[in-house]
Amino acid sequence: MSRNFDRRSFLKTAGLATAAGTLPMTLVEVAFGQSSRNFTFAYISDAHIQHIKGNQFVRNWDRGLIRAVAETNLLDPRPDFVFFGGDLAQLGTKEELDHGAEILSRLRGKLYCVMGEHDYYLDLGEYWSKLFGPHYYSFDHKGVHFVVLNSILTYDDWTYNRWPTAEQRMLEMAGLDNPNGSPFMVGEKQREWLAKDLAKVRKDTPIVVLSHSPLQKIYKGWNFWTEDAEEVQALLAPFDKVTVLYGHVHQIQYNKIGNIVFTSAMATAWPWPYPQSYAQVESYLPKLTVHMNRADPFFERDATGWQFIDVYSGRVAVNYNLYNNKARRVAYNEATGQPEDTQYQSPDARIPPQTHY
Amino acid sequence: MSPMRCVILLAGLLVSLPAAADEFTEQDLKRWEEQFQAVVKQGRELWTSGSLGTNGVACAQCHPNAANTHPETYPKFQKQLGRVANLWEMVNWCLRNPLEGEPLAADDPKMIALLSYIAWERRGVQLAPGKH
Repeated sequence: MSRNFDRRSFLKTAGLATAAGTLPMTLVEVAFGQSSRNFTFAYISDAHIQHIKGNQFVRNWDRGLIRAVAETNLLDPRPDFVFFGGDLAQLGTKEELDHGAEILSRLRGKLYCVMGEHDYYLDLGEYWSKLFGPHYYSFDHKGVHFVVLNSILTYDDWTYNRWPTAEQRMLEMAGLDNPNGSPFMVGEKQREWLAKDLAKVRKDTPIVVLSHSPLQKIYKGWNFWTEDAEEVQALLAPFDKVTVLYGHVHQIQYNKIGNIVFTSAMATAWPWPYPQSYAQVESYLPKLTVHMNRADPFFERDATGWQFIDVYSGRVAVNYNLYNNKARRVAYNEATGQPEDTQYQSPDARIPPQTHY
Repeated sequence: MSPMRCVILLAGLLVSLPAAADEFTEQDLKRWEEQFQAVVKQGRELWTSGSLGTNGVACAQCHPNAANTHPETYPKFQKQLGRVANLWEMVNWCLRNPLEGEPLAADDPKMIALLSYIAWERRGVQLAPGKH
């Protein structure tokens, strides 16, 4: 059974015509499988709500999240739920988390949240938990097993012994390129929980994992990295269909390691350079990735956006809604067995703004 | 003045002159490098501090290790301005907009520190003026 739809027709009011230009126009084709099992969800990440003082917050970052929430609310048919992929706050304060939660509260439908390091390292996730619940958990939805991990933990010594104040600990981890930072990890306790959680799941059940940091090693200097990535990957290896969706990197990345398909999220706040553009170090950008366009700083929202996810036959297609660029779609290609950009994957199809240096 | 006296005077001048312009020592090189690195360090501090603008946003938030600043491509035609621009002008664009602050003069010590840090992080990359 198949169905095609054009999302433009889902916009409910003519007054939203300007927003229509930024929503994905690609057709979604459900090639096979039980259509009742296919579904969609939205995925917003990395808002970095930043408190200035009193009732002032950095306007630029606010606007990115407000826009993602507003556009997500235009989706019809409704996504089954919305994920927020972490780094709601910049420095983990109550003011920032409350302000971010207030903006997210305007979302229609169920919200699931992932912990980011900017949410965590002030009070080790305590206030975040009051707002959004447990740091890691799993649930089943229409035959897919979803796992949410807190992948931004690090060595206990760094977390508990190294810094005189919680504020300094937060600031040290908040600087992406700060050499005083520490590599992210899922940690032994959570890996044990994951092993138990997955023990109940059939090997042919599709698994979708959400983490803030990539569960792979790309560039340690900016923590595009999870220290125990291999151990987590080993727990996921026995399953037929595994997708890992991650935030943190503020850019388009996708690849496959063994049976595991990885796809990143764009930030609503600001884009990051690809690590290869830092000339002094070596990094390992996933080979399949066709870069996002280089950001034009004169467009405040350029190279930011949010994602709309199609889950079909247990595979995932990520639609990137880019505020100032054409939408991108990275979908699992059954023929090649890889995630691929549906428009730009061929080297001939790429455009000059996708060259980063 | 007799020619002889003139020659003697000149010889005396030569003897009393300090080292010629192209003579410098290992210590000089070390000192100049230290001077430069001190300014690079100031630049890195400014780059990562939230104090350059008015809203607490730091350059490093979008540009870790000053990446995506491309100092080797300036001066270049900046399509958004419609003319050839230099890097300090783009630094000022960022100070005014994402940082919601005031621009700096091209020879302001803070601007020199920022540009020094940017160039240091990009060392070894071939010059490519005009490249977009």
